[in-house]
Amino acid sequence: MAAPLTLLLVVAVTIRAALYRSSLAEVIAERVEVVSPITAWKRVIEGLALLDLGVSPYSGDVFHETPLVIYLFHFLVDYAEITFMLADVISAIALYLAVKEYNKQVVRKKQKFALEADRYPQDCLELIRSPKEMLYIPLKVAMFYLLNPFTILSCVAKSTCGLNNAPQIITPHCFKISFAVFLCLATYQSIYPLTLCAPAMLYLMQRQYIPVNYRRASFWWFVVQYLFMYLGSLFVLICLSFFLLGSWDYLPSVYGFILSVPDLTPNIGLFWYFFAEMFEHFRLFFLCVFQINVFFYTVPLSIKLKDHPVFLMFMQLAVISIFKSYPTVGDIALYMALLPVWSHLHRFLRNIFLVSCVLLACSVLFPVLWHLWIYAGSANSNFYYAITLLFNVAQILLVSDYFYAFLRREHHLIHGLYLKKKDGSEATLVLK
Amino acid sequence: MGLLSDPNRRRALISLLTRLNAPICGMPVDWLVKTMQARGLEVFTQRFSRTLPFPDENNERYIVEGTNVYGILRAPRAPRTEALVLSAPCSPGDDNNQAVGLLLGLAHYFRNQVFWAKDIIFLVNEHDLIGMQAWLEGYHHTNTTGMDWSPLQGRGGSIQAALSLELSSDVVTSLDIVLEGLNGQLPNLDLANLFYAFCQKIGVLCTIQGRIQRNDWDSVSGYSHAVQTMMLMVMKQASGRSWGDHGLFLRYHIEAATIKGINSFRQYKTDATTVGRLLEGMYRKLNNLLERLHQSYFFYLMPSLSHFVSIGYYMPAFGLLAVILLLRALDLWVQLATPPSRNEDGVADIEQSSTGVLSVLTPLVISHLTGAALYMLPVRFQEMAVEHFQVSETEAVVLTAIAVYTGGLALPHNTHRLISGEGTEQGWRVLKLVAVLYLAVLLGCTALINFSLGFILALTLVPVASFVTPHVPKLLSAVVLVILSPAFTLLFSVFIFQELQEMPVSFQDGWMLYLSVISQGILDHYLYGSLVYPLIALMVYPCWLLFWNILFWK
Repeated sequence: MAAPLTLLLVVAVTIRAALYRSSLAEVIAERVEVVSPITAWKRVIEGLALLDLGVSPYSGDVFHETPLVIYLFHFLVDYAEITFMLADVISAIALYLAVKEYNKQVVRKKQKFALEADRYPQDCLELIRSPKEMLYIPLKVAMFYLLNPFTILSCVAKSTCGLNNAPQIITPHCFKISFAVFLCLATYQSIYPLTLCAPAMLYLMQRQYIPVNYRRASFWWFVVQYLFMYLGSLFVLICLSFFLLGSWDYLPSVYGFILSVPDLTPNIGLFWYFFAEMFEHFRLFFLCVFQINVFFYTVPLSIKLKDHPVFLMFMQLAVISIFKSYPTVGDIALYMALLPVWSHLHRFLRNIFLVSCVLLACSVLFPVLWHLWIYAGSANSNFYYAITLLFNVAQILLVSDYFYAFLRREHHLIHGLYLKKKDGSEATLVLK
Repeated sequence: MGLLSDPNRRRALISLLTRLNAPICGMPVDWLVKTMQARGLEVFTQRFSRTLPFPDENNERYIVEGTNVYGILRAPRAPRTEALVLSAPCSPGDDNNQAVGLLLGLAHYFRNQVFWAKDIIFLVNEHDLIGMQAWLEGYHHTNTTGMDWSPLQGRGGSIQAALSLELSSDVVTSLDIVLEGLNGQLPNLDLANLFYAFCQKIGVLCTIQGRIQRNDWDSVSGYSHAVQTMMLMVMKQASGRSWGDHGLFLRYHIEAATIKGINSFRQYKTDATTVGRLLEGMYRKLNNLLERLHQSYFFYLMPSLSHFVSIGYYMPAFGLLAVILLLRALDLWVQLATPPSRNEDGVADIEQSSTGVLSVLTPLVISHLTGAALYMLPVRFQEMAVEHFQVSETEAVVLTAIAVYTGGLALPHNTHRLISGEGTEQGWRVLKLVAVLYLAVLLGCTALINFSLGFILALTLVPVASFVTPHVPKLLSAVVLVILSPAFTLLFSVFIFQELQEMPVSFQDGWMLYLSVISQGILDHYLYGSLVYPLIALMVYPCWLLFWNILFWK
């Protein structure tokens, strides 16, 4: 498998290098769908310039990255393009290895259950995947990530989204508790990966065969260990940032900015239009509602999907990408890369055609309506927000469709593929 | 007996001089500067130069150098934050010889009024659109088209509205308003309404598309007259050209229109003073604006000056055409999703679908490469074409474009056979699904930016896209597909346009006109950034090639 992966990496790096050299790079770096106030490269350069002048980079409300990132680029600013390409390559390799590991685990679980074959009804043997089918999935996942136009645009724009994605991707790869550090790194850069704690803990518990039962002491002991590791690393990172720059300015500039959403530049998210037309009186209330919305789905989803932590991680990533305060297309590329892992759910998906048409049409309509609004003056912000809404609704439909398909497959595995009601006629499944 | 007594040599010398564009009769810059200064304006000039990618035979220019002259009338008691522009293109010869005079007369009159709240810029631009582009780029500090211009020494604030004058005679029988701008962009309807209201008030006959409106809406002939006027507007908008100097202002969010004076055989003639009063009235109204014109429609079609069709009426027509494509896509999806009645296990299914994807990718890549060739080759290889064939550069460019277009028809027959032996039933369905969705998205985006272009392309491409499969009768479908291809649509549009303007042409003249339309389209793209040529070459033509490929799928 190394040869196709290497070929894929070479192709991806070539495409990115070719685009860096063309005149499209500046155009892409200014598109609001690709960069946000948190991830824009222009702002990183601004922060570096301020740092060189000896002024705090957070003065002036331009720079909103963490101190680690600014110090990273302090040394690497001349090799910025290579850094971003390397981040993409590392993410792709991490995805490849993680999915391969997950597939091995699935096969082991399936094989184990195949021994107790009476566990599964006879007619749903076709639902169980064979290792041969799953052979190409890691390569497809890496391909979906690297050759996704969203990722390529994000890399060419030098958006630090690529750097934010890399630690999030390494998280499912962890089989040791010490790798909580990576999740901590992801949380340190943007707060939302905090919700990935639950799936990470569940995954590790599954790997180490600790039963997920809140009455058991081993469960709580594991949770305490993980949280200690996680919070400890977070504490270390925050104190390290303090010592790097010598002040606590970065806390309001980074975390305060993400949570309180002061900048209302249009992007592909849902926050900007709402808060542009909001009265000041209600701003705090709606801010809390919108931010809680991101974290809200963790507990119910974890309870429902406690036996399937990788799918839970996929759902969480999707929820973060849709509902975060400054989403960009790089965030979307991250969870879309994981779609081939669930390709066996294809037969249960109901809306895939509609969703893919809408996503495709909206991606193309974003720049068109931006042009009509900002340059031609014939449209206004309502048109652009309509497309944003449609795009997000399509994403939500995609995620919920996969959720339905996953649960339905699990149901069939337990109760048989062709369901009959009590009187023998065919039954249909409804997701309540 | 000298060099110029021989008519052939005289012609050769004139063409040589035209090529080099040495100013035999250029713009009287110094006289204009002196006259404007005498009227109390702040006068500035701007030099610009541009080498066209290939010689423009319609206007007979290749290396263009010129000077724009503009005078700013400062508002007596207002801060210099907003401005209005009155422009007149100055061309050598009799083309527009009265407009500059009217402009100077208006400048003199305006100078004596005290109610101006915005600065008024009186602009005389040379080489019409090229000079206007240079001035606008200099004014807004952008440089999108690679023109070389000297920076503007004087500015007047953000421009709120602009009018361009074209007058060839000192008495007019009617005034015509031209609204269509670059890429089919239109000014706010309020500007057209303003013009119409003032024409009614002053009693000047006003037209749009050069046609007078009729009052008998109920009769068939009255209705068809209005439809023809609207069709003229649709065709002008679809061409993406700027049909007056005002067209380049619209890109900068400045509402602008061109007013042309027409002198035809009517008894009642209006003199220049009345035209001046009309313009003064319009400028006083524009002066009183507190914000830019944005209240009325930006997307409309006008069957006459007092009636318009808004986007809410015409967009559903386009929407219904797009729905055809979406229904066809849904049908194909359902056909692809239900497995055919053969017994195959899961492994073979995956193999087939993966080769399906690969065999779709090949026609896509090849069609787009052909489209890229159509976009880049004509202008890049004109020198090589001129060396090998006895044609001028313009003809070389146009004929190369037509050659690449026709060559693309021969190409896709064999591409998928190169890769995977023969295609499958699944294969052409997947390709058609991709092609139909691609066409739907492309037409949607085009219709949003330039409705007329999107609608005309939809009318010709949607029926073809829906019915083409490898199983329809090949020869008949091939002929229909070629006749409805973008190139032929353009050819028919040229003939229909001439018919609508009541100047029908013979086939020979029509063909020459068609070639000049292609060269103008390519030039518009390089000079002003018109999007029609890249859209058709890089997107519509490859999409059409995909359907051609499907027709000949084995």
